[in-house]
This record gives sequence, C-alpha cells and structure tokens, in this order.
Amino acid sequence: MKKNLFVVVFSAIVVAVAGCAPKSETGTGTTTAGGGEILVGEYGSLTGPQGTFGTSTHNGIMMAIDEINANGGVNGKKIKVITEDDQSKQEEAATAVTKLISENNVVAVLGEVASSCSLAAAPICQQNKVPMITPSSTNPEITKKGDYIFRTCYTDDYQGHSLADYVLSEGVKNAALLTDVKSDYSQGLGHFFEERFTAGGGKIVARASYANGDSDFRAQLTTVKASNPQILFVPGYYTDIGQIAQQEHDLGLNAPLVGGDGWESPKLLEIGGKALEGSYYSNHYFYGDPAPMVHEFVQKYKDRFGATPDGMAALAYDAARVLADSLKRAKSTKGSDIRDAIAATKNFQGVTGTITIGPDRNAVGKKLVIEEVKGGQLTLKATVDPQKNVTGAATATH
Amino acid sequence: MNRLPWWLRDIAGLAIAIVVLLAVGYGLDRIPIGGMAYYKRVIVLMGINIILAVSLNIINGHAGQFSLGHAGFMAVGAYFSAFLTFFYFSPIVDKMPEGSQQFAAQNAFLLLSVLLGGGLAAVAGFLVGQPSLRLRGDYLAIVTLGFGEIIRVLILNIDKIGGARGLSGIPKWADFFWIYFFVVVTVLISWRLVKSSVGRAFLSVREDEIAAEAMGVDTTKYKVKAFVIGSFLAGVAGGLFAHFMMYLNPTMFMFIKSFEVVAMVVLGGLGSISGSIVAAIILTFLPEGLRSVKDYIPGGKDPRMVIYSLMLITLMLTRPQGIFGRRELWEVLARRKDVEPQSEVE
Amino acid sequence: MQILLQNLLNGIAAGSIYALIALGYTMVYGILKLINFAHGDVFMLGSFTGYYAGRWAAAHIHGEDNAPTLFVAGGIMLLAMIVCGLFGYLNERIAYRPLRNAPRIASLITAIGVSFFLEYGGQFVFGPDPKFFPTLVPKHIVHLGGIVTTNYQLIVLGVALVFMALLQYIIYGTKFGRAMRAVSFHFETASLMGIPTDRIISITFVLGSVLAAVAGILYGLSYPKIDPLMGIMPGLKAFVAAVLGGIGNVPGAVVGGLIIGIVEAFVGGSSFSNYRDAIAFVILIAILLFRPSGLFGKSEAEKV
Repeated sequence: MKKNLFVVVFSAIVVAVAGCAPKSETGTGTTTAGGGEILVGEYGSLTGPQGTFGTSTHNGIMMAIDEINANGGVNGKKIKVITEDDQSKQEEAATAVTKLISENNVVAVLGEVASSCSLAAAPICQQNKVPMITPSSTNPEITKKGDYIFRTCYTDDYQGHSLADYVLSEGVKNAALLTDVKSDYSQGLGHFFEERFTAGGGKIVARASYANGDSDFRAQLTTVKASNPQILFVPGYYTDIGQIAQQEHDLGLNAPLVGGDGWESPKLLEIGGKALEGSYYSNHYFYGDPAPMVHEFVQKYKDRFGATPDGMAALAYDAARVLADSLKRAKSTKGSDIRDAIAATKNFQGVTGTITIGPDRNAVGKKLVIEEVKGGQLTLKATVDPQKNVTGAATATH
Repeated sequence: MNRLPWWLRDIAGLAIAIVVLLAVGYGLDRIPIGGMAYYKRVIVLMGINIILAVSLNIINGHAGQFSLGHAGFMAVGAYFSAFLTFFYFSPIVDKMPEGSQQFAAQNAFLLLSVLLGGGLAAVAGFLVGQPSLRLRGDYLAIVTLGFGEIIRVLILNIDKIGGARGLSGIPKWADFFWIYFFVVVTVLISWRLVKSSVGRAFLSVREDEIAAEAMGVDTTKYKVKAFVIGSFLAGVAGGLFAHFMMYLNPTMFMFIKSFEVVAMVVLGGLGSISGSIVAAIILTFLPEGLRSVKDYIPGGKDPRMVIYSLMLITLMLTRPQGIFGRRELWEVLARRKDVEPQSEVE
Repeated sequence: MQILLQNLLNGIAAGSIYALIALGYTMVYGILKLINFAHGDVFMLGSFTGYYAGRWAAAHIHGEDNAPTLFVAGGIMLLAMIVCGLFGYLNERIAYRPLRNAPRIASLITAIGVSFFLEYGGQFVFGPDPKFFPTLVPKHIVHLGGIVTTNYQLIVLGVALVFMALLQYIIYGTKFGRAMRAVSFHFETASLMGIPTDRIISITFVLGSVLAAVAGILYGLSYPKIDPLMGIMPGLKAFVAAVLGGIGNVPGAVVGGLIIGIVEAFVGGSSFSNYRDAIAFVILIAILLFRPSGLFGKSEAEKV
C-alpha cells in the first residue's frame, strides 16, 4: 500500500515535470503569438511576504486589460495576460520572467512591486529586448538596467525630497526616523528624506529600525519618545504602520506619523484606527478625488473585488493602460518598436496622475498628494505638483 | 583503466566531463524549441541545488552532524565572490579589449572569485564547526540555523555590499558550463571522501561517536573537517549563484532556503550521493512543473505550492529512509542486498 | 531609568507571547524528541480561527459596534482551541505516527512539509493580505508610576504563567503526567509497562496545539494584525526560547521566552536595533557554549 502510494506520487511528479518540458505547439517561433492575441506577461508576488501587494497589482492589471479588451482591444487584437507567481523571491522572479519571455513569447512584461524582484528580473528583460514596465518599484537603480526598462510611478528620491520639503514647510524642525531594516524601499525613502530634511535645516533626533513582519515596536517607540520629536517618519508598508500607530498611542507618544506611498491601503485605517489621527503620508492619487476618472476606477474596483483599491492596484491599473496605449501606437509587436512607443508616452491621463516618460525612462513630473487622517477618514491635505507648487486642500468624500 | 592510479583516473574523468559539458552547453543554446532559455535556467538552478545538496550531504549524511545553516554559508560565498568581482575583477576585465584575452581573464577571475568565496565560507564553517565539539543533534541544528541567520543580518547591515537594497550589477560570468563543472567536481570530491579513510571516519562518527573515539578516531577533527568541506562547497555554489543571478539580496538566504536543502538531502536518503542529486532534481523541477496547475483552478488562485508541500509530506511518509535509503542509485537498480553498506535502522 | 523600566516591561510583554508558544514546542519535544516546526503555523491557525469566529459573532451575536461579552470571547477562544487541537491530533496521526520507527530526521522533514502546507494553504484559503483581529476585550491603558502598559499585556503574562503552572502540575502531579514522563524517558519500556504510548503522544500533541491556539488568540488581541505567515518569526524565536531554557523543560521555556523578549526590547531600543533579529541567536549560542543543554536542561550521560 505504502509502496503503491509512493509510485503514485512519484509518477505524479514525473507528469508534472513533463508538464514543464517543451511543448510541441510552441515550437515554431518568436514573432507570431497565436491567433489575434497579444501576449503580455506579468510576474508578481502572489504568495509570500509581499503577497498582499502582488494580489492588488494583479487585480489592477486584470481590470485594466479586461476594460481594454471590452473596448475592442488593441488594433483589433485582444490582450492576453499570462501571470506567473514568484513567491516574493528574487530568483523566482528571474525564472518567471525567463519563462514568460522564452516559453510564452510575451511581447512585454509588467512587474514587480518589490524593487529587489524588479532588479533581479530587469537584466533578463533587457538582455532579451523585451520591454518591462514596473508599476510600483521605486528604487532609482531599476531603470538604469537598460533602455527596455520603464517605470510609471515616481522614484524614492523624488518622493523623499518632496516629503521633506512639505514637512519643513509645515514648520517641523525635528523628526524621528523609524525604518524597516529588511526593506530596500524603506531604507531608500528614509535616506532621501533625511538627506533633504537635514539640508533644509531639520534635525533627526532619534533613529531606530524594525523588520517587516515584526509585531512589537514598543522598544523602539520608547526610545523615540524620549527624544520628543515633532513627527515620526516611518517609511514602511501599511501592514506594519497600523500596529506602530497603535503602540505609539498606547505609550502616550503623540507626534503624528508621516510616511510614503507604502501606507496606502484601506487596511491602514482598519488596523491603525484612532491612533492614526493627525498622521499623514504621500501618495500617488487620492481615492476620494472627485475627478471622474478616479471615481469611476474606485467604483469599478469596489464592484469587482469588493474592496477599496490600494495604491498598488491603482499604479498597476495605470501601468497596464500605458502599456496597452503604447502597443496601440507601436509600429509592430517587436520589442524595439514597443520600447520606442513606451518611451514616447506623453501626457497619458492615468488614475495616479499624468504620466510622461522622461529620458531616463521614469515617469517624470508626476504629482504627489499628501493625505491626512482626520476624523477617522482620509482627507486630502495637499497636492505637490512639480509643474506648479503646493496647492490647497480638499476633503474626502467616501 | 583500473590499473591507473585514482587521481589519474579522476583527471581523465574531469577532462572528459569538461568536453561533454562544453558540447552540451553549446548544444543547449541552439536547440530551436520555444522556452529553451527557461528550461536552461531551471537546469542551471538545479545544478546549484545539486551542489548544495551534495555538500550538505557530507555534513548531514556522511558525518551525521545535523546542520540547518547551509544558506548562511552559501550567502558568505555568494557575497564575497560577488564583492571581489564587482569591485576588483570586473573593472579590470571591462578595461581589456574584447577578444580571447578578455574571455580568458573573465573566466580566470570567475574561478578565482568563486574559489575565494568558497574559501571564506570554509572559514565560516570552521568557526561554526567549533561549537559542534560540544553540541549534539538538535542543539547543533538550532545553533547552525542561528549562525545562518546571524550571517544574514550582518550582510543586511553592510552598506558597501548593498544592505537591504541588495547587490545588483554583478556580471553574468557563470553559466551552464561552469555550474555543471562544479557539480562534477563536488560529486567527485564527495565520492572520493566516502571511499577514503576520511569518509570511513565520518561514518564511524555518524554511527557511534563513543565507539569511534574508542577506536582512536579524532571525532572533533573529523566533525570540523566535514563542516569545512561542506561549507566550502556551499560557498562555491553561492559564488556561482551570484554570477548567474547578477543580483543578490539577503532575503535570498533566509533559513527557509536551508530547510529546502535539508529536505533534498533527507528525501534523497542521508548519505546517498546519487539520492541527493535525484532529490535536488525533483525538488527544483516540481514547483516549475506545477505552474500549469493554476490554469485549471477558477478564480485565478495558484495552488502549486500547496500541492508541492503535500507531495513533500507524502514522499517522506512513503519513503521514510529517503528515495534510495543509504544506497546509491545503481545499487538500488541492481537490487543487490549484499552491497548495502550498512543497516538502515537508526 | 524610566526608559529602562519601560523597556523591561515591553520585553516581558513580548516575551510572554514567546513563552506561550515555546511551551507547546517544549512539550512535544520533551516526549517525542521531535522539533515540530509546524507549531508556529498552528499558532497562525488559532489566530485565524479566532478571526473568523470573532467576525461571525460580531455579525450575528453582539453587533459590529459592541464588544463581545466575556462569554462570547471565551467561546471564541474555546473554538480556536478545539480547531487547533483537532488539527494537532490529525497532524500527529497522519504525518508523524507513521514515521515513529523511521529515522528521526524524516519526521523533521514532514514537520517542515506541514509547516509549508499551512503557510501556503493559509495564503491560498485566507488570502495573503493582513487581517484586523477583532477586539474581543476592550483595551485599557494602565499607568504604573511613569511607565505605561495595557491590560492586554498583563493578560498575556498572566495566562502564560497560569499555563506554565498548569502544565507543571499535569506533568508532575497527575497520572497522565507520570505516563508522559515515562514515555519520554524510554518509549519501549513504557509501552511494555502497559502505558498506552500512542494515546499519550496524541494527547500531548493535542495539548501542545491547544496552547498554540491560546497563544494565537492572545497574540491577535495584543497585536491585532494577522496574516498567514505570522507564525514564522514568532515560531522560530519561541523555538530558540525553548532551546535556551533547556528543551523539554516547562519553566525553562517560560524563562527562555522572557529572556529573549527582554533582550530584544533592549536591543530594539538601543542604537543597534538593526541587529535585533540576530540577537536571539547570539544569546542562544552564548548560552549553549557554556551550558550545552540550555539553562535548565539536564545534561544526559552518553549511553555506551
């Protein structure tokens, strides 16, 4: 009986392995991607520690592509997305992208959220001359990997500097810095914030770090409390922020928390609750924005997935639409033509702002909004528009 | 052939292996089927896993010392060799004019950095091997796991090699040929060890430490030796991994990675070299092969890793002593009970 | 001084969660000599049972805006204990018992397999996003002189100490405990003496898993963000705590948990907070170098 079971499982494995072996029908070549479809690849952290971000990103992409296909697709062809999970692991990201490119012959690739995974996959896209758009990796290093690598969100330096400027303009002179030691995003954003903040006359009065997934931050917060900062800058992900806010509140430290786009999620307020009152963070868009495009996106997303979209979903939605738009404009589905089309993207109206791809293949001049928790709700505190200056506030409508 | 001394036979074997690997590597790039780059990548990663599994098998299987810190040694090798290449070797190679001289320099530097990476990992293995003088079984396991995690946290805090950002921009110098060359070397070292007096000393330490001591075996020395050799090879695997991935990040070397390697060794059968190889092949291919399962699941969820874990449990339940037990592949195929080197009962 | 005391308190609070998880590790190890790597994930299962039960209760019993009565909160805890206990029983029955006569390392691999199964299965079924654990007991902030704590932290510490005492009583004061110790001392002899070894081991597993459920609920209460991978790091640290105290030793597990919690709090509050994840292992190695069987572990003479 035991032996039979072993044989059964073993043969199942052999079948599975054979399933990944070459398939005869894909044998022909690279240029023709089966009947009237354009294949686009997506690699993301659908499982693992970053799973929640990967899932939102996937939702955003699927929503964008389904809309585009419902409106007739791209030049008469439907877009088909092939998604591969990378378990939040860098080596898996590289393998997934290799599979998408060589086995599925995708014409372009979307991904990832985590900068480390994007960094592992970017050289492979570059080498194979397949354009890649990262919707939400903010590490400046990524687009330096080559001329096929694009980004439709802003970078850590832009966000960190803008936040520091804003905080300084609010009259904040001393801040405490709490960063996630495991996250390149948090380290990067913290670094650029500190750079501009101290240059502008601010002072970092305390610094401490935690690791993503920690649950107890009281020790760090106790130290921070002793230095009595005006604000506590926490460039982290919303998964940790709620708890940090709660424990800060428990300890009687009343400085508002300030953070970046990693905070954006409906879960933030659910976990942080009242403790977040008065805290603010920078984001790509404000979901309460009365602009019809944002309103429609939020409504559709709620209808389909039963939740308010977080920042990752909005960014992914835009990245997928930028790609589709570029595919429309591209002369052919050859990598170099698509690359040229993406590079020529100008004034594309997205949910997260107007997207123009600059010479370094990053979205340039994107606006940045500052959202504040007020009365248990998110309100728009300010808009930083690089073309203009900081503009006034509006109130959220849910 | 049998009259030749063993080292001459090994050199001849290596020479043949080099020729074969060059030919296969050349051929793999030119097979005109879709997805070849992907299969090749999986095959290369499989090679790295084979080196890891066979080297851990020296520590866990042959010498019977339970180590859960292999990912740490791999990290040391990976980061040190990447550091050397990135800051010292790669600029030299880049300055050279393109051509055969540059090609030769690149490969010589790869070999050097990978071996030095292995060397530093061996030093780390020596340091970790020391506590094994006093600790046994599960206590040793948790201490090695701890060392692995300490190494990872240290790397996370060294800004020069990227810290949490990771180290990107490592040139892709290692490919099929180099990785499988080291697979052959690893297997050869492991095989020669088993058949040598050192290997017999390892076995005696594993089977009964007190008896081994009584027979005059310096158990301490052999335990440390197993750690040093095993970590050296893990460091080599790390160095190759770095030069293949072109990117390193400390999260690649979490303790889960060590668990995966231990699973390969145990699944293959402790002490069986060919078992480790076969298990490494299975456990590398399995998650890839299961990628297509999600096409049959509505709702866009991907259950492949759930199935993977269930298969791991079932394999272990049905073959508790490993796929081949302590025997080698050919011994199992020959079904000759008399070649079984020792009993399988603990 | 005030910071010092505050961090001491922070450490004790965090450490009592480790202690509670470590108790489960140490019990299973004490009897089977098996590192049950899935224990941290059973803890996650307990938390999620509490989450879904709490949500259901909020929708059907006490309403979204009211705190549940103590009776309902107790019922949720009980349900989590039952679910985890059942899982522990099945887990032992299916994944460990068939391997009892196999090399010990084989069951370690199935333990890792079960752990992977719960982590990936959790992400598959519950989704990978974090969930907000319902407030089962209203939170109160307690001021003790200049230092601050919450009633949750006091509850966790209290429960950990109560369970430690209870376990100590079960092991040393009951007939079942005597049987447990006998099985742990020598499996075959115990079975020859008429002790139903299989049943004893099953009950031990169930007890360990029930403890994990309690820890899961209390964890959800004090750190109300739960996700399918939440068991990995606390599980690992708790395991280190158990080894530190001398694995198999009940008071040792609690002391080990508290030590790790306190040291982590002091490191976290210092300028070395970058190294916090490594510090538990540094202490572990330092202690094992001087006491190879942990703080309270008995060093066993080698049998020749």
